[in-house]
Amino acid sequence: MFEFLSKLFGGFEGSKNRAKERLRLVLVHDRASLSPGLVEALKEELIEVITKYMEIDEEGLEVNFDKSDDSVALIANIPVKSVKRGMGEAPGGKRQSKGRGQQGGKKR
Amino acid sequence: MGKVIVITSGKGGVGKTTTTANIGTGLAALGQKVCLVDTDIGLRNLDVVMGLENRIVYDLLHVVEGQCRLRQALIKDKQFGDRLVLLPAPQTREKDAVTPEQMKELMKELREEYDFVLLDSPAGIEHGFKNAVAGADHAIVVTTPEIAAVRDADRIIGLLEAAELYDPQLIINRVRPGMVRRGDMMSIGDIDDILAIEILGVVPDDQDIIVSTNRGEPVVTNPKSRAGQAYRNIARRLLGEEVPLMNLEERKVMHWFKRLLSGEAQ
Repeated sequence: MFEFLSKLFGGFEGSKNRAKERLRLVLVHDRASLSPGLVEALKEELIEVITKYMEIDEEGLEVNFDKSDDSVALIANIPVKSVKRGMGEAPGGKRQSKGRGQQGGKKR
Repeated sequence: MGKVIVITSGKGGVGKTTTTANIGTGLAALGQKVCLVDTDIGLRNLDVVMGLENRIVYDLLHVVEGQCRLRQALIKDKQFGDRLVLLPAPQTREKDAVTPEQMKELMKELREEYDFVLLDSPAGIEHGFKNAVAGADHAIVVTTPEIAAVRDADRIIGLLEAAELYDPQLIINRVRPGMVRRGDMMSIGDIDDILAIEILGVVPDDQDIIVSTNRGEPVVTNPKSRAGQAYRNIARRLLGEEVPLMNLEERKVMHWFKRLLSGEAQ
């Protein structure tokens, strides 16, 4: 009864909101930890796409996840050697990767 | 051709074995032919939950190694006879004694004979999990409304996708409506927001589970139990019937009113 009253007067903040918030953060980190194999696959597909537009240094390509306290970013460092001439028009064929392990956590 | 469903969770102790026993028994009660397979090598428990521990002669390993015929190892249920059978896990051998390839072969054989083959997966994401997942074509993920269980469920959903088991379904176990109402337990909606997979069922926390496990009789056969009702609903949903999720809240209030009206002070 006391608990009920203290909740009534002290706002309705139950502990589940803490749980949800903590869970959300921990999942952002969990979901962003890709296996080395997946990172390699991601790299290869990136190279495939980007070389349609420009010449890049494939050896120097770096893909990493940058994790801070409440967000995760995919950082790619791609050294460009040269840009192809006449790339005003985008080539067709969009591709989207599917699957949980590959998305950088849920958006808020 | 039957369906092979793996019941898994990542975290231990969320009720995989109880869920497997109750869904299997629920399906058998609806006239289906069901085979339960315990894949928790070295830590088998489905036998005791089903109350069949005294009848084990052969186990999963004997079957895959060809030391007995499949039929010899299948233990008939006390109530449903050969409509509900259990293939127990070996209790003494090494965890990697069985391979995913052997499991696939075994599932091929079982799905010829049974409408549903339910695989009770061990906790964890290692060898035993891989075995359990190998021959399955569908997955049920069990969680409870706790942070550790939901986190592990999320991880398992990712691993299931990696194993090409898409669209797993979720069972939220041990829900306590009173705590949800007070804001001290994540609700079905909260968990749905986070995991975002189809919810197959919601099972309330129920003391009847402990009583029925003590007796070795799955709670699904107890018509008075609320958890039993939840499992009966799940079995019907697996057969394609549209059954709305149990409204835990409403029943609680009704129960309270009834007690109030009958002058029962407690």
